[in-house]
Amino acid sequence: MDIHEYQAKERFALSGIPVPPGKIATTADEAEEIAVSYGGAVMVKAQVHSGGRGKAGGVKYCEDAAEARLHASNILGMDIKGLTVEKVLVTPAEEIETEAYVGVLIDRESQAATFMVSPDGGMDIEEVAASTPDRIRKLPVDPRYGLLPHQALWLANFLYEEPSLIRQASSAISQLYESFVESGASMTEINPLITTPEGYIKAIDAKMSIDGNELFRRPDVADMRDLSAEPVSERKAREAGLSYVKLDGNVGCCVNGAGLAMATMDLVKYYGGEPANFLDIGGSSNPDKVVSALEIITSDPKVRVILFNIFGGITRCDDVANGIVEATKRIDIKQPIVIRLTGTNEEIGLKILQEAGFSAFASMDDVVEKAVDLAEG
Amino acid sequence: MSIFIDDDTRLVVQGITGRDGSFHTRQMMEYGTRVVAGVTPGKGGQDFEGPGGERIPVFNAMDEAVAKTGANTSVVYVPPVFAADAILEATDSGISLVVAITEGVPVLDMARAHAFARDKGVRIIGPNCPGLISPGKAKVGILPAQIVAEGPIGVVSRSGTLTYEAVFQLTNVGLGQTTCVGIGGDPLIGTNFIDCLEAFEFDSDTKAVVMIGEIGGTDEQEAAVFVKERMSKPVVGFIAGQTAPPGRQMGHAGAIISGSAGTAEEKIKAFEDNGISVAQRPADIVGLIQDVLK
Repeated sequence: MDIHEYQAKERFALSGIPVPPGKIATTADEAEEIAVSYGGAVMVKAQVHSGGRGKAGGVKYCEDAAEARLHASNILGMDIKGLTVEKVLVTPAEEIETEAYVGVLIDRESQAATFMVSPDGGMDIEEVAASTPDRIRKLPVDPRYGLLPHQALWLANFLYEEPSLIRQASSAISQLYESFVESGASMTEINPLITTPEGYIKAIDAKMSIDGNELFRRPDVADMRDLSAEPVSERKAREAGLSYVKLDGNVGCCVNGAGLAMATMDLVKYYGGEPANFLDIGGSSNPDKVVSALEIITSDPKVRVILFNIFGGITRCDDVANGIVEATKRIDIKQPIVIRLTGTNEEIGLKILQEAGFSAFASMDDVVEKAVDLAEG
Repeated sequence: MSIFIDDDTRLVVQGITGRDGSFHTRQMMEYGTRVVAGVTPGKGGQDFEGPGGERIPVFNAMDEAVAKTGANTSVVYVPPVFAADAILEATDSGISLVVAITEGVPVLDMARAHAFARDKGVRIIGPNCPGLISPGKAKVGILPAQIVAEGPIGVVSRSGTLTYEAVFQLTNVGLGQTTCVGIGGDPLIGTNFIDCLEAFEFDSDTKAVVMIGEIGGTDEQEAAVFVKERMSKPVVGFIAGQTAPPGRQMGHAGAIISGSAGTAEEKIKAFEDNGISVAQRPADIVGLIQDVLK
């Protein structure tokens, strides 16, 4: 789950990381008021779950409150990579002496939360890693000890030479690790971490993604989810316990298992069709899940055919078959449904489908080819 | 032969009294797996009834289960809230292999569990995995037994159901398996492709390996180099997620293209560059395996 910059800064502030003040505006009037209250120059920053906000024109420097109003009215409602800007952050503009990068992510290879720091902040860290890898210092944190003080210092030493800045950065780095763990994050980034002419460091931009599996035990973090930043269909899927990603095609896919769901989408493409979605109904599925899945798929007006590809393991074929039958009773489905059902409790499942007048295909290729045919016809 | 589990596997089921735990314990026993104990805190002293009326003792804690039954392997069907603790407890109980089926374990919990297991020298498979099966010998997890057969192919995969797909097709043409391992769809997993490839390389009965990867991370790319440099046996590969959009998590917590890294394209290229035959679709795996066995 992604959270906005202003929310990430709230998390940072809880751990003591120096962040500039800032307030959220949803109208140009509010933006102006906030700018007046700060006095002087401010930044108006679009709050959307997307990188490249600056390039898209979603981050503006404003000399005064009148300019803040103007820019806020332009940015609010703006489309950035398919997302509509609903909120802007208004924050005093900072004088910047230097820009550094400090990030933590889950590194698969070292199986640990891993720091990446660079004195070259303000740019995409992937680009720094590709062009000047020697400008990045990495440190996997042993989860049993956490980040030790000398390690934080070792990272800070790579960023600054001035002892006061090293001390400040070292403490911000320790606080960032605490914030990462306490938020249940999977990634967080300060980019840039600036130094001011007065000799202070500040986190003027912030990013954080939360591990979805942490939310059950972190209600305060779960409350940060911005429902308006997520398509309605994806929210419904999440609430029903389904993994769903909306795509642009017309073959609605309902599959059990993430790998098979991806392979099914790939096969739709292979046969010349376009998948309308990724949807994994998950393990231990009960019939209600299948009903929800069908409701979500059919709410996409582009969908012309519904393709089930089920290989039962922990999911039982009879559960899925019952769900399909139940769903077609409860909701009016206009699109044709093609089904492939095999694995655990296959015979019972096929019998349920047969009695309800559905037939099923034996192979994945056959059912996908049929679905693509129907979508085109 | 086989890898990781065989006739000597003595299994303890953590979460044996739950819906999934009890269902799959019976399935594992029907397949012939020696289930020697169950663990559910608070239900110690009860019996679990197997499909043939067997009485499997249930214990409150892992150490007691291991001490009283000589279990050497555990399988975890515990809900995500308690799963990491269950894995740590298993790791500390004297067994050598923990197979974690549970999906949804917080990744920072797993970072701690993996570090602990490395210190103890215990192998974790998973979490968020279907487990593994050595046909004719033992099954630990949730793979449907009716689709496997004994034979010379090793199968390793990050996915559950996609593994079933591949295994089913192999079995249908008479190509059985030594062991099929689902290593799991999470970002932090205990046993990776290279661990399995290395085990298959040393397993005298395995003649060829099917490796099924997906978007996210670099495990496949590193495994491809391992295949080229360290393996004498042929490997056939498949990568799921060619149509996955970047930045979106595709079901599995680990299946996400981050920035420009971890794409299907990059993985397929790594396979091809290192001498691994790549199947365009799951149905092509069988033909490629038949080719490399010639």
